[in-house]
Amino acid sequence: MSTSSIEATSIPQPQRPWRQAKRAWRQAIVMLVVSVVGATLLMQVTGLAGVIGSYVAFALVFPVVAFLASMKYGKKAGQDKMASAIICLAFGTAFMPWMSILFTVFNRGREAFYSGFLTTDMLVNSSDQPLNMGGLSHAIVGTLILIFIASMVAIPLGIITAIYIVEVKGRFASYARFFTQAMSGVPSIVAGLFIYTTIVVVVFNRFNALAGGLALAILMLPTVARTAEEVLKLVPDDLRAASYAMGASQFSTVFRIVLPTVRSGLVTASILGVARVAGETAPLLLTSQYFVQLTTNILDGPMASLPTYIFANLGAGSDTSVARAWGGSAVLMSIVFILFVTARLLGGRNTKSRH
Amino acid sequence: MESTDLKQREIVIRRGLADRIFRRAMATGAILSLSLLALIASFLLFRGFEVFRDFGFSFITSAKWDSGSADGVTPASFGIAAMLVGSVVTAIIAITVALPFAICVALFLEYYAPSFIRKPLTAVLDLVAAIPSVIYGIWGYTILNNLAAGWAKSLNSWFDWIWFFKVPAPIFTRSPFIAGLLLALMILPITTSVAREVYSQAPRDQIDAAYGLGGTKWGAIRSVVMPFGRSGLVGGAMLGLGRALGETVAVYLVLNLVFKINLQILASAGGNVASLIATRFSEATPYELKGLMAAGLVLFLVTLAVNATATLIVNRARNTA
Amino acid sequence: MNESSIQKTESEMILPGIQQGVTMATEDHTNRNADNLQVNGSTGLEVRNVHAWFNKHHALADVSLHFPQNTVTGLIGPSGCGKSTFLRLLNRMHEFIPKAAMAGEVLFNGEDIYSPEVDPTEIRKRIGMVFQKPNPFPSMTIAENVLAGPKLAKVKVENKDELLEDCLTRAGLWKEVKDRLKASGSSLSGGQQQRLCIARALALNPEALLLDEPCSALDPGSTLRVEETIVQLSQTMTIVIVTHNMQQAARVSDYCAFFLSDGGPGQLVEADLTTNIFSNPGDQRTADYVQGRFG
Repeated sequence: MSTSSIEATSIPQPQRPWRQAKRAWRQAIVMLVVSVVGATLLMQVTGLAGVIGSYVAFALVFPVVAFLASMKYGKKAGQDKMASAIICLAFGTAFMPWMSILFTVFNRGREAFYSGFLTTDMLVNSSDQPLNMGGLSHAIVGTLILIFIASMVAIPLGIITAIYIVEVKGRFASYARFFTQAMSGVPSIVAGLFIYTTIVVVVFNRFNALAGGLALAILMLPTVARTAEEVLKLVPDDLRAASYAMGASQFSTVFRIVLPTVRSGLVTASILGVARVAGETAPLLLTSQYFVQLTTNILDGPMASLPTYIFANLGAGSDTSVARAWGGSAVLMSIVFILFVTARLLGGRNTKSRH
Repeated sequence: MESTDLKQREIVIRRGLADRIFRRAMATGAILSLSLLALIASFLLFRGFEVFRDFGFSFITSAKWDSGSADGVTPASFGIAAMLVGSVVTAIIAITVALPFAICVALFLEYYAPSFIRKPLTAVLDLVAAIPSVIYGIWGYTILNNLAAGWAKSLNSWFDWIWFFKVPAPIFTRSPFIAGLLLALMILPITTSVAREVYSQAPRDQIDAAYGLGGTKWGAIRSVVMPFGRSGLVGGAMLGLGRALGETVAVYLVLNLVFKINLQILASAGGNVASLIATRFSEATPYELKGLMAAGLVLFLVTLAVNATATLIVNRARNTA
Repeated sequence: MNESSIQKTESEMILPGIQQGVTMATEDHTNRNADNLQVNGSTGLEVRNVHAWFNKHHALADVSLHFPQNTVTGLIGPSGCGKSTFLRLLNRMHEFIPKAAMAGEVLFNGEDIYSPEVDPTEIRKRIGMVFQKPNPFPSMTIAENVLAGPKLAKVKVENKDELLEDCLTRAGLWKEVKDRLKASGSSLSGGQQQRLCIARALALNPEALLLDEPCSALDPGSTLRVEETIVQLSQTMTIVIVTHNMQQAARVSDYCAFFLSDGGPGQLVEADLTTNIFSNPGDQRTADYVQGRFG
């Protein structure tokens, strides 16, 4: 037997018999058509209408059709197909509102943009004036200042807490761990109230940005601490052992070996913390409030921020002010997204944010 | 070898000065962040004490919130019952809507999604978890409010024989139902991510065993994955509940603040404790401010209790996995 | 104490001819003699009636052993017999395991390293350690890894370049890495990483070196290079090596100590010249183990 005939006869083509055949695709198309017809009938009966109404009708009919179509393989198979249909539909449904939010924010936000939107403040313009006057430079600067203050407090404190939990393993480590976790659920307004009663009322006797930054720090702390804790836990004990085996103290082990090893992870933890608080509104209403002018004095008087800018313009109620609110939302959303993507790129896949 | 007469040596670890300072410093920082919770509670109690003293238990049970007239003719009266009920109602609507979706999204991502879209979808889910609440608020205020008012109208016309779907007047905007839907959307990411985490830890060999016995995918999920993830799911739902209870601006923007206990979820009246504080804060008299502090304390304790329980449950689910 | 009685019988059984054969190998070595393994209060590393616990679990019972200066001692025995625990007791790494406890004495040049006055970091500086898995610091370059010890332990170094070259040469790695000292430590192969870890341990100029299965993660070629390095190093320092590989123990060690656990705490069955352990063990269990009948 020659080699060529061996190749021709005995080497089979690779096949994947478990893949869906063309017949299955045809069946799927038939199911879709039947579901659409069924949904149209259902809409006639129930009075569901509009885009969302037709989607709801389809979502109700499709699983039933899927069930019936697979019944010929038995009840089990029918249930299986129906479950798949429901799960996929529910997934699609859940993502729709988010897509709507993202679309609306950037679509409506576009209206407010003009060349000076990012570079002027609202000192000489009122929010119901035409959209080619005034802007939100004061809010952007204010948000950056507030975030900076919050970071100065929350990042060191959060990382120290994580070091205490993972490295020092002190007496209170399990409590610190549990309460930083539970702390992430503290309502933001409560953090605002707390800073108001202490910093605003007692220390300065006036609203100011420092108080706002501290309120944000309270909310940022648990995110930084929890994420940093997860990051530190990723450092293999081998490295610590190697360091100790060379006579290193715990101090140098942590600062020269452990922390440099997870530098990017800690940056990620910090960025996630910032992203968590960049859009916080409620605590700022009670601490730094809103102001129309670009200010940089953190100790005296209210300061604008993007969330309070959105809130104030929405409250003003005129068409142009609502448009400004959408514009502010688009800017805020972009900032949060940029932070988030940066965190992902730096942290890679092994940094997981914790709640 | 008898170990009874053996004396274990205590290993004395003499730490260097740098280490002692280091450990002390880290402990101080950790205890500082730990004590924040206690500080928050005690300051709010300190500021709100007067109101607790003056109104006692009726601060919780009364629905009347009145700062009184400046001349003192109408006395001030503070009770947060309506707001507490409102918080609970909106939070329950939120979790009722969000939980089935969270389960489905988690199952989809873990067991149904083709592997090439799993990663991007997870990233998108993380991303939407970071959408600020004020943006949910403005979207809810302008888009969802009108949409969901229509749905509410339909619900009311079909189901008005159920008492909580009745309405006193045909106004369907800014209702607990709409606030609940918005909150559902806001807590969906966190509940989903907990669900996903516990579902992903379901033992692979048991799933294979279910397949091996001729089970379908859904059969394997129902008999192995879902029972395995149940306790973690409860924890995730409670985490979501805690978030929903404490949300401020989003609820403020889509809910009509009315000081009356309202269980008719489609009616345009309700409130929650957090939005009460945000609403009344700017115009509050000094005495009312104390009332808001007291309300803040109640909110803080409730959410802390919910969160602590949820954290315990989720941690246990993580550890047993 | 059955341990010491076993050892005593062993030492009586040793044939003089074998002793001589080994001692002749290098002149500057201590006289290789099974009596050296007896606790006698002399220099080197010495262990007296040591026990170890993890919480309530008694992991190691009543080990007494002497590691003579400038020799290589192999610790052999099946998994779970307490070899690694024993090794970590020798430079106070044992205490990093939560709820660990010990009893007995570990003397280093006559000084009890577990005495409360002793600074454990000082002990670890003088008794270096190399671990099972190569663990170079990922945040550091090759050069930084080697010099990490002096930096971490706050030891002043006169001439860093000289120390760097010296350590890498002694670890048998200099030729391979001298052109890329600035590369990351994790860019090396497994075997190179392990030799880098040895170089790193050498930078503190330790008097003793503990190796915990240093070759278990390496391929045969790298293993051979590391073994050569160990033999070289033994001319200037006391080496204790845990190994699962009988051939390795036979190749590199002067003495061997066989540990075994019969379900209870791990115990020292016997310790002797390596040649004796392999050719003429005093205990049937040792014979069974080295001939591969269990373990």
